[in-house]
Amino acid sequence: MTTTIHVLQPVSMGRRVKNRIVQGLVWLAFAIAVVPLVSVIWLVVTNGLKRFDLEFLTHSMRNIGPRDAGGGAYHAILGTLEQVGLATLISVPIGLLTAIYLVEYGSGGRLARSISFFVDVMTGIPSVVAGLFVLAFWVLILGLGYSGFAGAIALSILMLPTVVRSAEEMLRLVPNELREASYALGVPKWKTIMRVVLPTAFTGIITGVMLAIARVAGETAPLLLTVFITDSINSDPFDGPQMGLPLYVFDQAQRPNITATDRAWTGALTLILIVMLLNLVARLISWWRAPAKGR
Amino acid sequence: MGRSAFRRSHGEGPFRYATTGAGILVLVIMAAIAVFLIVRAVPALQANSANFLTEQTWTPNASPPAFGIAALAWGTVISSFLALIMALPVAVGVALFISHYAPRRLASVLGYVIDLLAAVPSVVYGLWGVIFLVPFMRGPSEFLNTYLGWIPLFAGESVNSKSILTGSIVLAIMILPIIAAISREVFLQAPTMLEEASLALGATRWEMIRMSVLPFGRPGVISAAMLGLGRAMGETIAVALIFPATFTVTLQVLTGNGNSIAANIANGFGEATPIGQGALIASGLVLFVITLVVNTAARLVIARRKEYSRAAA
Repeated sequence: MTTTIHVLQPVSMGRRVKNRIVQGLVWLAFAIAVVPLVSVIWLVVTNGLKRFDLEFLTHSMRNIGPRDAGGGAYHAILGTLEQVGLATLISVPIGLLTAIYLVEYGSGGRLARSISFFVDVMTGIPSVVAGLFVLAFWVLILGLGYSGFAGAIALSILMLPTVVRSAEEMLRLVPNELREASYALGVPKWKTIMRVVLPTAFTGIITGVMLAIARVAGETAPLLLTVFITDSINSDPFDGPQMGLPLYVFDQAQRPNITATDRAWTGALTLILIVMLLNLVARLISWWRAPAKGR
Repeated sequence: MGRSAFRRSHGEGPFRYATTGAGILVLVIMAAIAVFLIVRAVPALQANSANFLTEQTWTPNASPPAFGIAALAWGTVISSFLALIMALPVAVGVALFISHYAPRRLASVLGYVIDLLAAVPSVVYGLWGVIFLVPFMRGPSEFLNTYLGWIPLFAGESVNSKSILTGSIVLAIMILPIIAAISREVFLQAPTMLEEASLALGATRWEMIRMSVLPFGRPGVISAAMLGLGRAMGETIAVALIFPATFTVTLQVLTGNGNSIAANIANGFGEATPIGQGALIASGLVLFVITLVVNTAARLVIARRKEYSRAAA
């Protein structure tokens, strides 16, 4: 035994132990990251199911006193759908056109590079600042008052960079051969983009838009400053304060009694369900028709 | 191609202008945010009877109005740095786990699990924080105060778990997926050749990671951390429910003291007079500038390295 010549030195004990320790730490890090997720989901589901009933989904908080049980989030769900829908209508055309400019027309020029850079910087704008901007511009300077539409503008500012980035990535995945074949047939560039490039990238773009919607559907701070808060149903997003589901959760969470807290949990459950559904649909679309190079 | 003939096609001009216009609109929006915030902030700043930069109290609705950003900016900075310190090691660990440790098949599923953390709306974290985490943190807070009270951070007379520390934990959870996602992308792009070479030389997996993956990924991780920092600074609703909302500059994160710019905007907006709204907008402008600086720096680090082109999520 003692005379054996080690041609290949075995890994020393110290190095092996260190390797093991790091491996353990990495697993631990992942476990630590999952704990809060499990805790949040568990509490939201168990507490949220208490009030997840028909009354919650079909009634507003009108004439519900601060200590009363009952009441619901119909006005908030309606408001969220309208605000997010309007935000999508605003941000998707602008975002898509910007992405087309960056990929097809800008071609690395100075303008394209600065737009691209500021789109990235825009991703980091705190949502509350977007809300303050719309408050300053729309509500205070133009004097148009709180409304669902003002909230939609704020949300669209938050959506815009996500839409641009994902659309840009998808447009870049479209093979150049397709464009060249179309040019060779004498099709002008804009028609090539509309008829060849966009349809090819369509599912990918839809996925990106869905993820962007999911991201802003849970935003609270910008709505607080632009949509304000109401307990009644207001189905007109262009006139007067509305409610939003995230706002509803925030509002109820601040009321210090158990019935309100229950409503807040149920609101949170509804919100998570909506957001997860959007995420799931987005993933399904991208999985169903994965482009040449999946994420 | 026969350019002149195509260019005259009736749709080309308008289409080109529309796309360029949309692109320019992005720049206009960024400029407009700064301009309109300044326009609304100036009247309030002129009516302010205190020094905006050094004053700690926030009474813009009183007459004469007196408000300053000092305590709020301090709270914003200290809470987001605490969050970053807690989130960064875990996030790097998670990124390494997904990129180099987890079984291949599991890796993408686990990636989605972490992305789910990012999909949970911030108000839900706020609700979870105020109802579950605040009571839960009472014991640990007292423990830290009793046994580690000699560290200035954990010092203080009375412990309240509705504190900066509890808020920072929630912030850490919220920024973890962002840091992890970008770090993961960067680690995955480490040259396989280097990794295989170090393994072939007899390095253990950790030595391989330390010598070839981490040095390659360092700039990416740094900018991911800065993006996370920027996100933590701007986070509003979750901390608005948790932070104690007092206006004092203190290092003692376990006491019921502290606030942040964003939380103060959410909490103070309801009762604000026109001057009060202007004051909140002024504080938002400060937040905008701080996050702009942090994010621009992070983006510049990423943009300098072409290899990271796909990581800028």
